[in-house]
Amino acid sequence: MAYSVDFNLRPIMELELESLRGDDTAQDSMKGTGLESGSRETLEMEVLTTEGRDRLASQMSDVRERADERSEESIQTNLLVRKRWSTTTLRVLSSMPSRSIGQQSRLEIISQCNIRSTQLRRYHRQTQDVSLSSRPSIRGYGIEADSEDVCEEETKRQELVNNLQSLSAGDRVRLLRATPLSLAEKTKLRKLVFSDKVGQSLLSSQVPCCSLLKRALCHIWFGCLFILSSLQLWQVALKRLGGRFGTGVLSYFLFIRTLLLFNVFLFLINGLFLVLPQAIYPPLHTPSSHRVTGLELFTGTGYLSNSLMFYGYYTNSTINTSCRPDEATAGTGCGTTSDPHMMAYNIPLAYCFTIGITFFITGIVLVYSMSKSFGRSFRVFKSQGNMAIKVFCSWDFKVSKKMSVRMQSENITTQLKELLSEVKGGEEEKGRLSGMAVHLLAWSISLGSTFFCALGIHCFAKYMHLRRLEDAEGEVSVLHEARLLALPGVVSCGNLLLPGLFNLVSWMENFNSPIVRLYVSIFRNLLLKVSILGVLCYHWLGKIAAEPEQHGLQCWESFVGQELYRFLLVDFIFTALYTVFGEFIWKLGLLFTPLLPAVQILKLLLLFHMKKSSLLVNCQASRKPWRASQMSTLFISLLCFPSFLGAIVSVTYTILTIKPSSGCGPFRNLPFMFHSGKQWAQELKSTNHKLAWLNWVHHCLVENPLFLFLLAGVFLMVIYIHTQVLDGQRKTISLLQKQIENEGKDKKFLITSLQAIHEKRQYPLSPSSRPQGSEV
Amino acid sequence: MGTTASQLGKDLLSEYQELTFLTKQEILLAHKRYSELLSKEDRNLTSVPMEKVLSLPELKSNPFRKRICHVFSTSDMKDGSLTFEDFLDLLSAFSDSATLEIKSHYAFRIFDFDDDGTLDGGDLEKLVNCLTGKTEDTRLTPEEMRQLISNILEESDIDKDGTVNLSEFQHVISRSPDFVRAKSLFCRTA
Repeated sequence: MAYSVDFNLRPIMELELESLRGDDTAQDSMKGTGLESGSRETLEMEVLTTEGRDRLASQMSDVRERADERSEESIQTNLLVRKRWSTTTLRVLSSMPSRSIGQQSRLEIISQCNIRSTQLRRYHRQTQDVSLSSRPSIRGYGIEADSEDVCEEETKRQELVNNLQSLSAGDRVRLLRATPLSLAEKTKLRKLVFSDKVGQSLLSSQVPCCSLLKRALCHIWFGCLFILSSLQLWQVALKRLGGRFGTGVLSYFLFIRTLLLFNVFLFLINGLFLVLPQAIYPPLHTPSSHRVTGLELFTGTGYLSNSLMFYGYYTNSTINTSCRPDEATAGTGCGTTSDPHMMAYNIPLAYCFTIGITFFITGIVLVYSMSKSFGRSFRVFKSQGNMAIKVFCSWDFKVSKKMSVRMQSENITTQLKELLSEVKGGEEEKGRLSGMAVHLLAWSISLGSTFFCALGIHCFAKYMHLRRLEDAEGEVSVLHEARLLALPGVVSCGNLLLPGLFNLVSWMENFNSPIVRLYVSIFRNLLLKVSILGVLCYHWLGKIAAEPEQHGLQCWESFVGQELYRFLLVDFIFTALYTVFGEFIWKLGLLFTPLLPAVQILKLLLLFHMKKSSLLVNCQASRKPWRASQMSTLFISLLCFPSFLGAIVSVTYTILTIKPSSGCGPFRNLPFMFHSGKQWAQELKSTNHKLAWLNWVHHCLVENPLFLFLLAGVFLMVIYIHTQVLDGQRKTISLLQKQIENEGKDKKFLITSLQAIHEKRQYPLSPSSRPQGSEV
Repeated sequence: MGTTASQLGKDLLSEYQELTFLTKQEILLAHKRYSELLSKEDRNLTSVPMEKVLSLPELKSNPFRKRICHVFSTSDMKDGSLTFEDFLDLLSAFSDSATLEIKSHYAFRIFDFDDDGTLDGGDLEKLVNCLTGKTEDTRLTPEEMRQLISNILEESDIDKDGTVNLSEFQHVISRSPDFVRAKSLFCRTA
């Protein structure tokens, strides 16, 4: 039977306690008895001792445990119930180091700071001193041998000052900042540390020139950060949202802001390398007559189809910067030149490389942010419950409005009650079979509806293409152009309605925990989106690209680009919430529509302001609990896997297997798009021998499977090593926990023995003396 | 120390910048807000009484506001009044760039209602009552409260002495990634 001796001081006389708290000298003198500062250091000390002592200690505590449970148990109960604690015991209890941290004990905090500064100093100096290295953590305590020093605090403070003076400036600042002392105390410390450096600021002591440079760089860096932080986008709006709705909702808007900044960056790259050169030296096109109606902005046809927006506008030749536009001949750029000093800008190559680098940078950024946020939320030792975490960590201090505070309280109450009921009735398996049947029904409904939706879109797309062919034979009218928007409209409707159906279905199911429900719903939505996108890609890349003449298209890439543009706009109008869909669309569209990031930027700006106003106007915080950090991991991984990978796959398929159209675009007259790269490699070999090694490198590394094999092998080995390290850490953690538990038992035993001894002295003839045998 | 002066001295400002997690902008804003709290009172006062601090909009509805004032107050009378430096301490501990250690240290002290250095059953009960609100229908029943407290102690009390001390508290906190983000208060006060 687990018997726990509770050191709850409340049933004991509180008057004595009050007098003790005001009695600082008593506390200090107790500290002087050489009690270790902090249970953490005690633990460290234990770990350092030899195995023999460990074994003995554990055996001793085992013995004590058994003794506890057998004979002394009842006596101890009697002790607690009948007698009071003596003043000595109370004094010892209240001045225990593990409890005195909370009592504004400056001495305790200064000791901690001392230890940390000594460790820092040792780390930086890396002394070879043998005497220091023998038992470093004990030496680091700075425990004085002459412990009846009344001004122990003074000595500790002096020691801390000495330690701080020997640290570097940056470390000193960081250490002082991170110490939980009051600002008045820190000011005093700082004055003591710098008493010999009067008149100089922290960062301007006599330093060698390399740290002068470092200091200058630091200044520049902080200046940049300051500028950036003052320019931060939507700062005021985000603060208002955070104050009203909490950290969870805020994470969604921070996500939108991240996406926007990312799009701006990509737009700059695209714009500088691709759009700008082509805009400065436009290719000649035969002018076509288009009536200007307002609908062009939505359909992307008309005068927009022969503009910088779409693939078809870009020339397939090299621009030479010396020639003037009026000398240009159609289709061949500015003519060939044999002058090697003129700057040539190869548009098809630029197109290829820009798109490639864009995807590469996107991939790197996504993987990096995913790994960072995963690392933040990963915990080595997963303990069983999370009620303690919920109680200690769930209060969001950002929330300041009264209504939101009340809502937060209600949320927390609901969550706590849910957790409690889970713990109570967790093992009940009522109606397992009927639960299974309901789950099966729900899954079949959702999968079936997804399948039918995809099938419907497939048939509708085919029908729309036939209608478009018919329309193209006749007169171009506004109605025909508007029909182009029908397919995006239907797809967006499906995107909007079906998730509602999924919600309904999951409401009737009975899930064990809300997080399972969340993941199931996300999976179903994702499946829906992926199947719709698969059907659309099949249409665009499989049908239209393969046989463009059958569909009556001169330039199928521009057509696909226009379709993507329309989808982006209509998706925004219909389903402003589901940005995952939009993300895929614009990534795929990057190949066919280089200016798409600009459209996406506008869309995100509008989205932010729309969502913000709707939230603030509706003034109703969400009733569902949000776990902010896990949500942001989820968002980023949703961005990465379906949209980015899917887009990469589609783009690679396009580049490698589909024949570009012969009438337009930078890759006309080539068998496949990637041939432009191959052509350039050939040219390089023949013209510039110095760079021919690039070709060789590419041939050896990328096309050779052995290299990739080795890389994968090294990668797997690294993963294996990390898993083993984690395993070891988990074992260590559980061992240390057991050790701490045993230490706690030792402490209990010692305190009750202390009390018993005191009582024996006080009341030697009392009838309740222990049967341990010793009398008087 | 110039706390009631209308402007902060330059070296004082840089000293505060070094010792806290606040930027220069934030310190100046804090000074402005603090002066506003003092404006109706006698200018010679160096500390603002607790009632005035509790009237700040960010703290008004916070159930832990009294504890926050008591924890950060360095006055000898233990009445929760804050000097300007205490106020800066408060903002610094609750700012976005404060370390986890600082936040957990102060969070522990805020949750320690009886100031005895550990979170025992009584402290945990008061904490849960603060979290769940004042109205009757949101409070937990005594049965639920008892079970909740015993579960919390089971999960977080490693040395099994019936209380949660600072190290155990920090250990629990380190398992939650949301802690740092949620424990930020108004930093860029507008």
